[in-house]
Amino acid sequence: MGHDFTKLFELIVSASLINNFVFTRFLGLCIFFGVSKKMETAVGMSITFISVMMISAAVSWVIFNLVLVPLEITFLQIIVFIGVIAGLVQVSDTIMRKVSPGLYYKLGIYLALISTNCIILAVPLINAEEKYTFIQSLAFGLGSGLGFALALIIMASIREKLELADVPAPFKGLPMAFVITGLIALAFTGFSGLITL
Amino acid sequence: MEATKKEHELIVSVSPHVKSDETTSRIMWTVCLALLPAFLSGVYFFGLKALFITALCVLSSVIFESLYLKVVDKKSAVGDGSGFLTGLLLGMNLPASLWSFSPFTVHIPIIASFVAIVITKQLFGGLGYNVFNPALIGRAFALISWPRAMTIWMTPTASILAMDAKTTATPLGILKEEGIAKLIEVFGDKVSLYEHLLAGNRAGSIGETSVIALLIGGLFLLYKKYITWHIPVAFLGTAAVIAWVFGGKEGVLTGDPLIHLMSGGMMLGAWFMATDYVTSPSMRKAQLIFGAGCGALTMLIRLKGGFPEGVMFAILIMNCFAPLLDRGFRSKVFGAVKTAKEIKK
Repeated sequence: MGHDFTKLFELIVSASLINNFVFTRFLGLCIFFGVSKKMETAVGMSITFISVMMISAAVSWVIFNLVLVPLEITFLQIIVFIGVIAGLVQVSDTIMRKVSPGLYYKLGIYLALISTNCIILAVPLINAEEKYTFIQSLAFGLGSGLGFALALIIMASIREKLELADVPAPFKGLPMAFVITGLIALAFTGFSGLITL
Repeated sequence: MEATKKEHELIVSVSPHVKSDETTSRIMWTVCLALLPAFLSGVYFFGLKALFITALCVLSSVIFESLYLKVVDKKSAVGDGSGFLTGLLLGMNLPASLWSFSPFTVHIPIIASFVAIVITKQLFGGLGYNVFNPALIGRAFALISWPRAMTIWMTPTASILAMDAKTTATPLGILKEEGIAKLIEVFGDKVSLYEHLLAGNRAGSIGETSVIALLIGGLFLLYKKYITWHIPVAFLGTAAVIAWVFGGKEGVLTGDPLIHLMSGGMMLGAWFMATDYVTSPSMRKAQLIFGAGCGALTMLIRLKGGFPEGVMFAILIMNCFAPLLDRGFRSKVFGAVKTAKEIKK
């Protein structure tokens, strides 16, 4: 049991920090650049993202191991996972419109874009590939979600700080965001070789 | 009548209203002065090569800065000394062996200076806005791009003309690859190891080796009140505790914190790099967390990671968090009205 807990802890730390999806694999950049302009949207997106991620990891694990594997149709996994995720995003979309209409309009198009987000799709695929157990899949989903949230919140704090800075005109906005992401990725290379899964 | 009117005339200006002789350039040049002992000890141990590399970095940093400011048509800010300081810090973070013409590695300091000054500092809007420590980004960029050339360490010879010295491993490199027993064997015994580390008579980057010279510089800055104790103490304290608890091979609480504190870039990082005004938080509590984070990440990378040395990456990673930390510890505005949300809590 102790070994299991260590493994889960390693999964979460590895997915959130050491192999952070945004800074080491450069996935999910679309939403990352889209909503990291303001701290408020970044936090809202983080919460939505983590919950969608956890639920989709769980549901796709169940479908993969109880339906796809017994029927030997695992080659359909990408289509099935996309369907699951799209459905879940639609649900969260509806809930958010009711619960927090302000945030719903601020997130705008990016909320719908979660359904085509590469991290959300990558996590079930990696879970299936690595044959993680149900709990491990959840831990991996949580770690990835936390890592994305961390990236978003760091980025939002830096971009809000740069709001008043005298950035040269061609670099204002998105180009600068790419430069910042590159430099953060450079800093995160320090983690390389830390935990190998 | 006329005179009294003038006396009571109101002067309207924006804060700060308290004036002192401290200016940006004065602070920058004082920090350069504080780095001088460590730099001189680097030149003493690694010879003229160390001098050339540092001079090259300083020169190219200043040139790149003035060129950039000319191109974007901004007022030249070269005189404030920040470009000079960045170059000096970058040079002191590079190995002296980079001054070699076969294989040709002299371009590395120049490119690192470009990355430091133009990309890390000026693109972000110049001094005061950069998120990352320019000198450290320059070094990290060089280390990732030329991993081989950046890890050739000269044996300290203490002769000024040592142009083709033997190469060797840094104490941390030996510690990582072969363990503490081998490290003590190389330096004779434990006391001699400490003496070598304290004086700076060991392989490493130009300006990071001499603990005693760096301490003099750091304490000088502390005495001049240019830095506060929060970041260095939190940094070194956390690192020491972690080294003591987890650093030993025989189990917990058997590690040797002194070796870790005196080797690598720990002293240079804690006193001169992590305390950079622009890239560290300005709230005291946030500074404590910032320093502790640097120390913890350094030891994590040293003990578990792929690199033998973690100070540079640790400070860079904490630089990312500095704006967030400052946000979290923002002081309460006097007389501000609580929002409805806060009252509900």
